[in-house]
Amino acid sequence: MTVPIVITVNGERRSVDVAGSESLLHTLRNDLGLPGTKDACEQGECGSCTVIFDGAAVCSCLVMAADADGATVTTVEGIGEGAQLHPLQEVMLAEGAVQCGFCTPGFIVTGVHLLETNSHPTEPEIREALSGNICRCTGYGAILRAFTALTSEGA
Amino acid sequence: MTGRGAAGALRRPRATDKWQRAAGYGTVMDFLAARNLDETLAAKAQRPDAQLLAGGTDLMVEVNIAHRRPSRVISLRRVEELREMTSNRIGAGVTWARLEGSDHGALAQAARTIGSPQIRAVATIGGNVATASPAGDGLPWIAAANARIVVRSKERGERVIPWNEFFTGVKHTSLEPDEVVTGVAIPDDVPTAQEFAKVGTRNAMVISIVSCVVMRGDDGFRVALGSVAPTPIRVTRAEEMLNAEARITEEALKEFSRIVSEEVRPITDHRSTEGYRRHAAGVLARRLAERCLA
Repeated sequence: MTVPIVITVNGERRSVDVAGSESLLHTLRNDLGLPGTKDACEQGECGSCTVIFDGAAVCSCLVMAADADGATVTTVEGIGEGAQLHPLQEVMLAEGAVQCGFCTPGFIVTGVHLLETNSHPTEPEIREALSGNICRCTGYGAILRAFTALTSEGA
Repeated sequence: MTGRGAAGALRRPRATDKWQRAAGYGTVMDFLAARNLDETLAAKAQRPDAQLLAGGTDLMVEVNIAHRRPSRVISLRRVEELREMTSNRIGAGVTWARLEGSDHGALAQAARTIGSPQIRAVATIGGNVATASPAGDGLPWIAAANARIVVRSKERGERVIPWNEFFTGVKHTSLEPDEVVTGVAIPDDVPTAQEFAKVGTRNAMVISIVSCVVMRGDDGFRVALGSVAPTPIRVTRAEEMLNAEARITEEALKEFSRIVSEEVRPITDHRSTEGYRRHAAGVLARRLAERCLA
């Protein structure tokens, strides 16, 4: 016997049997073929596994997969329209806000969630929204420039 | 394209009153997604050893890092009753993200320092209470407010426990195995002048080295601290000293700060030393007392 769950991931209904107390992060990466969500600290410290879960940006490593049944999840693979990058992804490339790239999916998902809830965030609001994401290359200056460039464009 | 899931047909079990079993990941786990409080209490009565899962921000760290494998888990995420909030009661399932907007100033301040936005979106006040970490950032406010912890079991119904009888030690409480924390009961006389601050190594995602709440009302000052004893504590001697002063002078504040440092019972661990915690406790309490006077 296993716990079968059904979740809507990036607009697609997916069925998967979860193993014991494993996290949604493992289910996404290992069973649903979505390795864009990164696995780093597994204690909610670094934000690299951030997904949008029922409308909230959360650490997927802290969601028990068995408990995710019925949820709607957006991962970095679901950001943008097909091959068309999201404006935030474009501006991060343009500003050189990607160094090793490992933290990037987490920053993108967190940032897209921020822009969905607040289309013109102030710099303090951007800093606060990104406070749960760590860039170990310390590329925060470029990341912040990308966000402010994007949010001031349409302002 | 699906993994181990049955190809094609989508099964939709959703929440039921049936335990489900997840094998793999080294163990077998029985899992129940409770739909309401009655179902939660019935399951806890039947399986008192079951681990309750709320936001998962403590439990999943243990699963991921300490390789803890809970054999029975009851999820509270779908239990609507626990998310209710009134002026006198905060449901155990209320998240810290919601409490960032609390009318209680110091509780809102504490909420804004807990974890990160990702953590606050799911972590609950009930989890903070039931986990009973000495570093729980919501707990000094509960102590200063003289709040009571509301718990419930199927057999014995509701108990309302004063905070200082609920917290009994490091991650120890007087909660019985078949009981569930359902909320925090707030008295009517919580002063509106209230301040929270904490000391840690950075702003986000920090486990407090010292946390402090000071309130000032008709009955005088109330001072509560976290991370400086096995449980949240009130520093009664410091409160009484300050409340006996006719005028709060610089000398009085110095003496108050000294007594706070003397009264706390911190330890040295990997986050800080006993000496620094004593010092910081005195500084924080004084600073917050001054803010309450301003």
